[in-house]
Amino acid sequence: MNRYEILNQVYTNKVKTVIQENYRIKTIEIDHRMDCLPGQFLMVWIPGSGERPMSIGNADPLTISVANVGKVSGEIVNLVEGDRISYRGPFGNPFTIPKNAKKILCIGGGYGVVPMYFLARKAKEAGVNAIAVIGAKSENDIVWEKQLFVVCERVHITTDDGSKGKKGTVMIEVNELVEDVDAVYACGPEKMMAAVAKLCREKKKFCEVSIERIMKCGVGICGSCAINGKLCCMDGPVFTGEEALAMEEFGK
Amino acid sequence: MSIQSEFFGKKMKNPILLASGIIGMTRGSLGMACENGCGGVISKSLTLEPRKGHEGPNIVETECGILNAMGYPNPGIEEGLREFAGWKREEALVISIVGKNAGEFAELAKKVELQKNRVSALEAVISCPHTPGYGTMVGQGTPESVSEITTAIKENCSLPLIIKLSPSVPGEVKAALAAEEAGADAINMGNSLGPGMKIDIHRKKPVLGFGIGGLSGLPIKPIAVRCVYDIYGAVKIPIIGTGGINAGVDAIEMMMAGAKWVSVGTAVYYRGQDVFAKIAKEMEVWMKLNGYSRLEEITGAAHEQI
Ligand SMILES: Cc1cc2nc3c(=O)[nH]c(=O)nc-3n(C[C@H](O)[C@H](O)[C@H](O)COP(=O)(O)OP(=O)(O)OC[C@H]3O[C@@H](n4cnc5c(N)ncnc54)[C@H](O)[C@@H]3O)c2cc1C
Ligand SMILES: Cc1cc2nc3c(=O)[nH]c(=O)nc-3n(C[C@H](O)[C@H](O)[C@H](O)COP(=O)(O)O)c2cc1C
Repeated sequence: MNRYEILNQVYTNKVKTVIQENYRIKTIEIDHRMDCLPGQFLMVWIPGSGERPMSIGNADPLTISVANVGKVSGEIVNLVEGDRISYRGPFGNPFTIPKNAKKILCIGGGYGVVPMYFLARKAKEAGVNAIAVIGAKSENDIVWEKQLFVVCERVHITTDDGSKGKKGTVMIEVNELVEDVDAVYACGPEKMMAAVAKLCREKKKFCEVSIERIMKCGVGICGSCAINGKLCCMDGPVFTGEEALAMEEFGK
Repeated sequence: MSIQSEFFGKKMKNPILLASGIIGMTRGSLGMACENGCGGVISKSLTLEPRKGHEGPNIVETECGILNAMGYPNPGIEEGLREFAGWKREEALVISIVGKNAGEFAELAKKVELQKNRVSALEAVISCPHTPGYGTMVGQGTPESVSEITTAIKENCSLPLIIKLSPSVPGEVKAALAAEEAGADAINMGNSLGPGMKIDIHRKKPVLGFGIGGLSGLPIKPIAVRCVYDIYGAVKIPIIGTGGINAGVDAIEMMMAGAKWVSVGTAVYYRGQDVFAKIAKEMEVWMKLNGYSRLEEITGAAHEQI
């Protein structure tokens, strides 16, 4: 053996495409086909700035969607086609689709739709129908709607201000849709995910949510992302609704 | 045959401790490490004020071990003690503190003294290789500084005191002697090695956000073993052997060098969260196979004259 194997190397590849989704979110397609699953994430590194977890939106080409909210995300959205992007991963546990599921519900808020698209796409490939619900503040905040249309049977939209779809939270749609699906998935604000998880408990539906915490190492050793005895990066970020509801911090 | 140990008057199911800074940010995650088989836990190191730590990447894997530059992200001593207060488990809880100077260590010790209920010991880290203002970056490993810090803590906290030294500072035996003389109750040898650096050759940049970081994992074991061996020959207080313990035989080796206990960090990365139970099992199997019945027969065995 010439070299020891590195479990988690830093990849550097070219940015293939950059898509401006709205006033603050950009989607970045990377010239890399990665072996990864919906719900997993990358640690994206901008030399000289920092490193942040980003959900994977697609495996081929490897895709992320980034909201410009601060230091590192602000650097990532400045990347243009042909630039190089560096990252480690994939990390975390993916979503799971129960064996006998025929129809699933994918609920995304904000950039939470990113892993929901990837999940719906994988579901479709496996012959499972997906229905999507996108929740947003207003019309301008909706992203990945077109992509979801391609892989979902239907896409429902709710906005806080009623500028598109139904006015209100995703729950107005979810309350009805939950009845005829076999599994429910949510990624977005914790209050929303908590409401979804509680509904699924009541309706006895399989439910998984994706939880965000500040992550530093990404590989389960530093403990920064600890949430009630679990590590978000290793044990999550996908947790069952019941696991999430058992966490004191969840949904606060 | 038993791998039971004892930690300042407390029974331990095995001599394996969770090393400081590994998953131990919350009471919940320390509890998880216990569920996963360790005999005791050492908390994340706490500073007087909350710290965000260094910008990422905070860890990077190399061909031989991992480099980390966390920069002591922690909620500060007050919040940290609140978090760890109410420890109800059987396993020993050690609170780790880190200060810029003897004065800060004294203040930290005072705060721990007020909440020492259920805490088995206090560990003072003077050996971090990659945080400005702390550890080896400000020369805390010298015998003079060790003596000053140890005295300052002992004057303010009645808990057993462990001084965590660096394997990178020459003269570790003198430092250990200084700690013992000033009243320390145990030595932890030791922290991560270095600092070291990993450069990404595609980006032509050091990977770690802080540029440099401490090396941990298997590659540092020979150095940690040698340091423990030398210190065991010089001091009477017990030693925690730390650095590169990945399997049962590594723990046995470290104990033969002179460690009464071992602490395990990076192996969590290589072998999973239940690495403690794995190492404990491997120690048992090895001892049985080789005719040992108690850990006392192992600690310091490499020093015996035949
Ligand atoms: C598992 C996981 C998956 C993630 N997936 C994505 C993703 O697909 N797309 C994406 O854009 N981000 C994602 N994030 C969030 C991302 O990692 C960063 O937290 C975020 O980009 C902010 O980093 P920054 O350096 O830009 O902001 P910082 O400079 O660190 O913070 C600037 C300000 O932004 C606020 N802020 C921090 N994080 C967020 C946030 N998530 N949303 C809103 N405000 C925030 C801070 O409170 C602060 O006030 C994910 C996080 C996790 C844990
Ligand atoms: C991610 C990480 C964080 C650490 N944080 C601390 C810390 O806060 N305090 C401390 O005393 N040592 C800290 N250390 C050092 C470890 O406790 C240990 O001494 C060192 O890693 C060598 O042991 P190992 O090879 O088993 O990991 C840290 C190590 C790592 C890898």
